[in-house]
Amino acid sequence: MNVIELISVFAPEVWLSAMLVILLLVKIFSEGVNRTNVLFVISFFFIAAATATLVLKPQGSLFGGMFVVNSLIGIEKAILLLATFFISLIAFEWLRTFRNYIEFYLLLICILLGMFIMISAGHFLSFYLGLEMATIPLAALSAFDVEKSRSGEAGMKLILSSAFSSGILLMGISFMYGTCGSLYFDDVRAAFTGSTIQLAGFAFLLTGFAFKISIVPFHLWTADVYEGSPVAVTAFLSVVSKGAAVFIFLSALYNVFGSISGTWVYLLAILSVATMVLGNLFAIRQQNIKRFLAFSSITQAGYILIGIASGTIQGTASVVYFILVYLFSNLAAFTVVGVISEKTGKEDISDYNGLYKTNPRLSLVMMLALFSLAGIPPTAGFFGKWFLLASGISNGMFTLIIIASLNLVISLYYYLRVVKAMFVDVNDTPLKSIHAGFPARLGLVICSAAIILTGFFSFVYQYIYSFSNGLQ
Amino acid sequence: MNLNILLAIPLITLAALFAVSDAGKVRWISFAGMSVQLVASVVLLFAYLAGRHAGVTTPLLFESSMMWYASWNIQYHIGVDGIAVAMILLTSVVMVSGILISWNIQNQVKEFYILLILLGLGAYGFFIANDLFTMFLFFELAVIPKYLLIAIWGSGKKEFNAMKLVLILMFGSSLVLAGIIGTYYQAGLAGNATWDLMTIGSLNIPLHAQQILFPLLFVGFAVLSAMFPFHTWAPDGHSSAPTAGSMFLAGISMKLGGYGCLRVVTYMFPEAARFYSPYIVLLATIGIFYGAFVTLRQKDIKMMNAYSSVSHCGFVLLGIGMLTQTAMTGAVMQMVSHGVMTALFFGVIGMVYERTHTRMSNELGGLLKVMPFIGTCFILAGLTSLGLPGLSGFVAEMTVFVGAWQVNEFFYRAATVMACMSIVVTAVYILRASGFAMMGPVKNPAYNALHDATWNEKLAAVILIVPIILIGSAPFWLSDMVNSSMGNWMTKIITSAH
Repeated sequence: MNVIELISVFAPEVWLSAMLVILLLVKIFSEGVNRTNVLFVISFFFIAAATATLVLKPQGSLFGGMFVVNSLIGIEKAILLLATFFISLIAFEWLRTFRNYIEFYLLLICILLGMFIMISAGHFLSFYLGLEMATIPLAALSAFDVEKSRSGEAGMKLILSSAFSSGILLMGISFMYGTCGSLYFDDVRAAFTGSTIQLAGFAFLLTGFAFKISIVPFHLWTADVYEGSPVAVTAFLSVVSKGAAVFIFLSALYNVFGSISGTWVYLLAILSVATMVLGNLFAIRQQNIKRFLAFSSITQAGYILIGIASGTIQGTASVVYFILVYLFSNLAAFTVVGVISEKTGKEDISDYNGLYKTNPRLSLVMMLALFSLAGIPPTAGFFGKWFLLASGISNGMFTLIIIASLNLVISLYYYLRVVKAMFVDVNDTPLKSIHAGFPARLGLVICSAAIILTGFFSFVYQYIYSFSNGLQ
Repeated sequence: MNLNILLAIPLITLAALFAVSDAGKVRWISFAGMSVQLVASVVLLFAYLAGRHAGVTTPLLFESSMMWYASWNIQYHIGVDGIAVAMILLTSVVMVSGILISWNIQNQVKEFYILLILLGLGAYGFFIANDLFTMFLFFELAVIPKYLLIAIWGSGKKEFNAMKLVLILMFGSSLVLAGIIGTYYQAGLAGNATWDLMTIGSLNIPLHAQQILFPLLFVGFAVLSAMFPFHTWAPDGHSSAPTAGSMFLAGISMKLGGYGCLRVVTYMFPEAARFYSPYIVLLATIGIFYGAFVTLRQKDIKMMNAYSSVSHCGFVLLGIGMLTQTAMTGAVMQMVSHGVMTALFFGVIGMVYERTHTRMSNELGGLLKVMPFIGTCFILAGLTSLGLPGLSGFVAEMTVFVGAWQVNEFFYRAATVMACMSIVVTAVYILRASGFAMMGPVKNPAYNALHDATWNEKLAAVILIVPIILIGSAPFWLSDMVNSSMGNWMTKIITSAH
C-alpha cells in the first residue's frame, strides 16, 4: 500500500482531517479574519467535498480490511456531506454572531469523520471507533448553546443515552467476538451459526442501532434532545446522524447477519409498525415545532425499516434514496424553523398561525417540505415512500404494507395541522415579515428545487440502484 | 394526437399564473387556459371517433410509453379509450365552468385558481395514465389541494369539514396504495413484475390473491365515489366547499373513484369482481336508498344536492356491480351525466346563495320571477337529476336499469327494483325544492332587487347545459363510444361467470 493509494481510498476522510487542522490554525490566528468569509469557505468546502466524492468514487480497502469503501459507500458519504452543507447554511446566521463559531465546525467535522469511518467499517473495532468518534462530539454540539439551560440538558440526555446504547452495543460485539473469534465482518459472517448466544449478541447490537436511529421503544431521548439543541444541531441529528446510522445498520445486517435474515425480517417488521404508529400518535399532540419534527422523524425511521427489511437490491437503493429525499425535505423544514427561530425566537406551531400572510415564501417552502415528508405527490417524498413500500412487499408481508399506508393517513393529519396554521388560521399578531439571509435562502431554493425535481428525474434513483447490493 | 398536450396546457397555465399577480389577469389566464383545454378535449373526442371509424381496434388510442424507473419497470404509459375520453371531456367542461363561476372570488384569487387548476391537472393525468404508479401519482394530486380550497375559501365549519374530507379520501387512497403494491407483487409472482394496467389485466392472477386485492382497491376508489358507508365526507365537504370546489368535488372527483373502480379494479380482477358483485350491489343499493331518503329531510339546498350525489353515485356503483356490458356502459354514462348535472346544480346553488345569502329552501321562494335565468337553470338541473326523458339523467339511469335487469337472479332483480323506486323519492325532493325555492310568490321583498345571472355565470351554465341536452337527446355518440371500449375487456368478465 502506497501513499497514493491510501489517499485515494481515504480521500474524503483526508479532506475532513485537513479541514480540521486548517480550522485549528484559523482559530489560533483568527484575529482580523472576516467571519463571513470563513463561514462561506467552510460551507462550500462541504459541497465541494460531496461533489468530489461522487466524481472520484474512492474504492478499495485499507488497514487490513478494517476500512472498506465501495461505490455505494461513496454515495452515502456524498449524501452526508451534502446534508452537512445545508446544515452549515442553516447555522450561518446564528454562527455569525456566536462567539465560538470555529469550535462548532471543529466538532461537526469531527463527527462527520467518525461517521465516515463507521459506515466504511469492515471490522467491529473500526465501527465502534467511528461510532464513538461521532457520538461524543455530537453531545457537545447539542449542549453548544451554552447560554440556554435546555441546550445543556439536551447534551446531557444525549450523552447518557448514547453511553447506554454504546454499552449495549459493546456487549453485543463482545458476544460476537467470544463466539466467532474475530471481529472482521467477513469472519463473523462465516462463523455465524445462529446459536443462542450469538442471537443474544445480535439482539444487543440491534438495540444499539435502534437507539441511534431512534426506533420505538428506544426513542425516548429523541424529542427532548431535538427540542433543546440549537436548530442546526437538531437538523444534523435528524438527518446526518440518523442517516449514517441507517447506512451502517443496512450494511451490517446485509453483510454480517444475512444468514439469519428470516429472524430479523419479522423483528424489523414489528419494530417498524411500533415506530410508525407510536411516532405518529405522539406527533399529533406536539405543540413545539422541533418536538413535532422529532416525532415526525421517528415515524420516518419506521418507513425506512420497511425498506431495510426487504433485503433486496431495491430495498438498499430505496433506503439510500429515501435518505437523500428525506434530507432535502427535512432540512428545508428545519431551515424555515431556523430562520424563524433566529429572527423571532418563536418555536411553537401556534406561532406559525397566519404565516402565509406575512411570509408567503417561507410558508410555501415549509408546505412543500411537509408534503414531501408526508409523501404527497408530486414531491420527491412520494417517490421515496413508494419505493420503500414497494420494496417491502418483496417478503410478501402485505399486512405491513397496509399498516404503513394507513399510517400515511395519520401522518398527513399532523402535517396538515402545520399547513393549516400557516395558510388557514387567522392571527391578529402574526410573525413579522422576515428577511432570511442569503445562505438560508440559497439552502431553501436548492432544497425546494430538489423536492420538486428529484422524483421526476429517475436517474438519481437509477444511479444509486446501479451500485446497490442486496442480502449476501 | 399527443395526449401530453392535456397535461401541458394546465401546466403552462399554472406557470403563467405564478408569473402574474393582478386578479383580473389571473382570471383571464385561467379561463383562457381551460378553454384551450376544452377545445383540446373536443378535438380529442373527434380524433378518437375518427380513429375508431378508420378501424383501429387496439384497446387504447394515442398510446405512448416511456420507461421512467427502469429498475422498477415503472413506465410513463398513457393512452385513452372511450371511457377515458368521456371523462376527459367531462373534466374540461366542469373546469371551464368552475373557473367562470368563481369569477367573483375576492381574496387570494391567484392561489384559488392555482389550486383549482392543480386539481384539474390531477384529474387529467389520472384519466390518461395506464400505469398504476403514474395513475396513483395523479390520483393523489387531485385530493390534497381540496383541503386548502375548502379550508380557506369555504364556509361554515370549513376547517373541520376540510380535514374530515381529506382524511377520509386519503384513507381511501392509502387502501389504493396498498392494493397497487400488492398487485405489483402478485404480478411478479404471475411472471411479469409490472405496473402496467393492460399487462396486469392479461396475467392470470390467482383468485385467492384477487380476493384480497380487489376489496382494498375497490373500497379505496369507491370512497371517492361516496360509497356507503364511506360517504360521510360528501355532505360535510360539499356544504363547506366554495362553489367551484363543490363542482369539482362532485363533478370530477367522485368520478375518479367510479373510473378507478370500473376501469382499473374490475378490469384487473374480473374473477374477484364476480365474487364480490353481490356485496357491491348491496352497498350501492343501500347508498342509493339511504342517500335518497336522507336527501328528503334536507332543508339546505346545497346539502340536498350533496346527499343526492351520494344517491346518484350509487347508480354508478350499481352499474359496475352488475357486471353486464350494458349496466357498465350505463355506469359510465351516469358518471358523465351526473358530473355535468351536479356541477350545474352546485353552480346555480352558489349563484343563489351569493345573492340571497341563504340556502334554506323554506326561506327562498319565487326566485324564478326575479331571476329567470338562474331559476330556469335550477329547474333544469333538478329535472335532469330526477331523470326526465330528453335530458342526460334519464338516458344514463335507464341504461343502468336495463343492464341491471339482464342479470337473471332474484337478488339482483330485487336490488334493481329498489334502485328504480328511489327515483320516486328523487322526484319528491327535487320537485319540492324547486317548488319552494323557485316557484310561488316572492317570499322576501328584498329578493325583488336581486339581479339575474351575469355574463360569466350565464356562460358557465350554458357550457354545462349543452352536454346535458346533447346526451339527453342524442345519447348514442356517447353510449356507442363507451360500449365499444367496454367490449374488449368485458369478454374476461363474461368468461369468469359461473
